[in-house]
Amino acid sequence: MSLPTGVRNWLDERFHWADLIGPLKKKTVPVHKLSYWYFLGGITLFLFMIQVCTGILLLLYYRPGANEAFESVQYIMTRVQFGWLVRSIHSWAANLMILTAFAHMFSVVFLRAYRKPRELTWVSGMLLLFLAMGFGFSGYLLPWNTLAFFATKVGTEIAGQVPVIGHGVMVFLRGGEDVTGATLTRFFGFHVAVLPGLTTLLVLIHLALVQYFGMSVPPGVETRWNSSPAAARQMKFFPNFFLRELMAWYIALGVLGALAAILPWELGTKADPFASAPAGIRPEWYFMFMFQTFKKIPAKIGFIDGEVAGILVFGVAGALWMLLPFFDPLARGRGRKFIMGAAVFALSYIVAMTIYGYVAK
Amino acid sequence: MGGGLFASIVSAIYPVLRYLIPPPVADLGSDEVVASKVGDLKPNGSKIFRFGNRPALLLMTAEGEYRALSAVCTHLSCTVQYRNDLHEIWCACHNGLYDLAGRNLSGPPPRPLESYTVHLRGGEIVVSRKREA
Repeated sequence: MSLPTGVRNWLDERFHWADLIGPLKKKTVPVHKLSYWYFLGGITLFLFMIQVCTGILLLLYYRPGANEAFESVQYIMTRVQFGWLVRSIHSWAANLMILTAFAHMFSVVFLRAYRKPRELTWVSGMLLLFLAMGFGFSGYLLPWNTLAFFATKVGTEIAGQVPVIGHGVMVFLRGGEDVTGATLTRFFGFHVAVLPGLTTLLVLIHLALVQYFGMSVPPGVETRWNSSPAAARQMKFFPNFFLRELMAWYIALGVLGALAAILPWELGTKADPFASAPAGIRPEWYFMFMFQTFKKIPAKIGFIDGEVAGILVFGVAGALWMLLPFFDPLARGRGRKFIMGAAVFALSYIVAMTIYGYVAK
Repeated sequence: MGGGLFASIVSAIYPVLRYLIPPPVADLGSDEVVASKVGDLKPNGSKIFRFGNRPALLLMTAEGEYRALSAVCTHLSCTVQYRNDLHEIWCACHNGLYDLAGRNLSGPPPRPLESYTVHLRGGEIVVSRKREA
């Protein structure tokens, strides 16, 4: 982190540059055999930045509206130079970002990095994951193709099944009782204004919390280091960890570029609100486990509709998951094993139902 | 002071909340519609038509009888289709099956599809909502 002397002096006179970057110079990252999990959050952030850049590029040609959206994406992909690549990178980066965010979340759970004092870092991270899924859900509709139309219909209908507030939420999301051009306009607004604003704010809070508390050390390593402090090893954030993180970003960029070029994101057929849902309809992969569950839930469970029961179970499970750091101190011994067992079950369930969703007819 | 602040906040938030609720859309011509022309459908065939603001399904059974039903699946509102290989109505989204009277047979749909009355008027197939007794 060296600046030309003239620039440094100029900044120092006005902003006390040395004081500003002082904490960053002192920042260290623990070194142990699980340190590579620390890269996942940074890779997720990198993919988010790519989303912002490619999203701005797509905005130059995209036109929201039921009569124009599909045609404008088609125009981007067929007429605009490298338009297919920009859109493909935007779509692939979105999917990879959700994947790395999920991996980051589960690594935090299995390394118990959420424990005191990092409860709010976990909560802010979970909120960011929900926002990322909101980005995915709202962005999926924007090309106005058949798959997206029915995925949005089902997704907003699920929101509508929530007792008491559901119908109001559904009407708010759709901009009416049905999925129409009004829904597309709203989703566009959420996707390019509301969600980016909230996400940027939360990313800043999340990073500030990570900076404030420093990196968590896994409990086993922490115990060892506490018993023999000489064994504790740290790496400077600047430049040692930062350069390694940059290499991880470079690899992520390579994977992203290869996927976007070799497997360009398809557009499908234009949505027709008065056509039947085609066979093989399905949502984005990260909603697949819920989609497949809804497929298998019986019409009635006791006295309530199956889908309402499913929504309640997913809702309660999601809330408990978000509050995980607050339960952890209460659980000891077998209780903590139960929490880890529940996390293994959650991961296995998501993976198994996602695969099942793709292979089942 | 507190009351004034509260009134200021409410006077700012209330119009925003009202603005977020979309105005109701009139359901145009939702009681009766010309779904098709006689002769357009062959036995064991079907078509989706617009009934008000929602899709509906008109089908002709293998025996040549017309049936009209709502095409909105009672599970999560996907648009159903007639499967002429199964002689049943199928929802592709979550694999729900209904019989030709709209009764839910299997899969997650919790309720039957709404069925409509079919009349032949001149050369047209007219579908109307069933009047409640």
